[in-house]
Amino acid sequence: MSDTDDRGTGSPHGDVKVLEMSGVRKAFGPNVVLNGVDFTVSRGECVVLIGASGSGKSTLLRCANLLETVDDGVITFEGDDITDPRVNGDEVRARMGLVFQAYNLFPHLTVLGNVTLALRKVHGVEATEAEQRGLAMLDRVGLAEKARSRPDDLSGGQQQRVAIARALVTGPRLMLLDEVTSALDPELVGEVLDLLSDLKGEGVTMVLNTHEMGFAREVADTVCFLHDGVIHESGTPAQVIGDPQQERTRAFLSRIRA
Amino acid sequence: MRTEVKDWQPSAIQLERESFRRRQAARSTAVAAASTLLVLGVVGGLVVSSPGWERVHETYFDAGKAVDAFPAVLAGLWVNVKIMVISAIAIVMLSLTIAVMRTTRGPIAFPLRLLGTVYVDVFRGLPLLLVIFLLGFGGPALDLSGLPRSALFWGCASLVLSYSAYVAEVFRAGIESVHQSQRLAGRALGLTYAQTLRHVVLPQAWRRVLPALMNDLVSLQKDSGLIAVLGTVIDAIRAAQIETAKDFNYTPYVVAGFLFICLTVPMARLTDWYARKQGFHGAGSLM
Repeated sequence: MSDTDDRGTGSPHGDVKVLEMSGVRKAFGPNVVLNGVDFTVSRGECVVLIGASGSGKSTLLRCANLLETVDDGVITFEGDDITDPRVNGDEVRARMGLVFQAYNLFPHLTVLGNVTLALRKVHGVEATEAEQRGLAMLDRVGLAEKARSRPDDLSGGQQQRVAIARALVTGPRLMLLDEVTSALDPELVGEVLDLLSDLKGEGVTMVLNTHEMGFAREVADTVCFLHDGVIHESGTPAQVIGDPQQERTRAFLSRIRA
Repeated sequence: MRTEVKDWQPSAIQLERESFRRRQAARSTAVAAASTLLVLGVVGGLVVSSPGWERVHETYFDAGKAVDAFPAVLAGLWVNVKIMVISAIAIVMLSLTIAVMRTTRGPIAFPLRLLGTVYVDVFRGLPLLLVIFLLGFGGPALDLSGLPRSALFWGCASLVLSYSAYVAEVFRAGIESVHQSQRLAGRALGLTYAQTLRHVVLPQAWRRVLPALMNDLVSLQKDSGLIAVLGTVIDAIRAAQIETAKDFNYTPYVVAGFLFICLTVPMARLTDWYARKQGFHGAGSLM
């Protein structure tokens, strides 16, 4: 299991492509959510997706994770076409981490049980070693003393940090974070954003959806504005958030700031 | 500085409220006790003063007969307990399989879903007594190699087939009550469909339906007595029947009834206790 070691070694904008999407299309019935999305994530890069609610940000992450099947287009992950129906989705998902808006922790397991489940059942790590790695990861997110608690006994911010630890512990090549602070009380948002900033500092490759523009400006290498199922504008935060070129982007940003 | 709990003295108004509540509680208890005694007295009086009471008393409540019949009926009850335990284990396994079959999604699983649905429809529709008659007498007559021909086996099989249809529906409700986001979280970690079911969905479903299942277990305890109709399994009811046949005194049936109540009441209290405990923990907490 070399996974934890070679994650995050590349510099931002390194040449190694982790994820590439081209012409990705996804519709739910008559509702076209993604209508030809193209974008690329390099190793160590942090890509922030912005866009109105319902613009397809979450769908895009779920397609990347193969929780949704695309209608057309190609998604390449670490050089493999994962949209090929012959690909084993479970094996692909095991190499990615996905964190949900509502945490989706398993209430019947302890915090440590949540964090070690995938290690034990998917990655075949032995119980004692899984426990050690789980505890180390919980320590990393500042929750080692909560290892034996139930998720329900934790605050929202703590639960979301556990969810991040659960996704991170297997050493994924790519972290997908879907509106991870949207369900939190305002005073709890900070602790989760601080953790994400740390991960970014460690060079974890990630794609995240957020409405936190200040945070996007701070951590993003690339900001992509999603509208009408396509990426309308992308570039550095200074370009896209600071000086948007597209009328749609300006309209969206002014609504958010209002 | 926080005030320590020991520093707190209830105010006069609080003391007055508490004494009012105590008086109120004492009054409620007295009213409930008096009304219960009254109802029991009236009903008891009606029964005892009825013209046929003497006759009923000696046919159903003969103390000497009860003492004579007790050992045989108690031995029979032990058979009921064994039937119940073995059937319960088989019911959990069969019904869980059917519930999983019925909740599997996708066109490939259609035959499984159909099979599960047909099974549940058939065995929920058939009266248990009918299943026991059909299988209890018809099963051994099939003379299938490898299967025992005893009435006990086929009687238990009837209970298992009939109860599994109900219990499968309880499990299915439990499985479906686990929010879809839990499955998504499991799959996102790389768990397969089956692993997600095993480690994420079923443990949560099981906790939620356990009170309902324990209720079905109480019911199974009683229905195990229906095997008596096959005649060759000497359970509590069949034992009482044999005792009764000696002199046409029905007291052994009352003894059997009393023993069944002794068996089910602790089970029912345990179920209540567990359901309350679950309630405090909040079954579906996350979403």
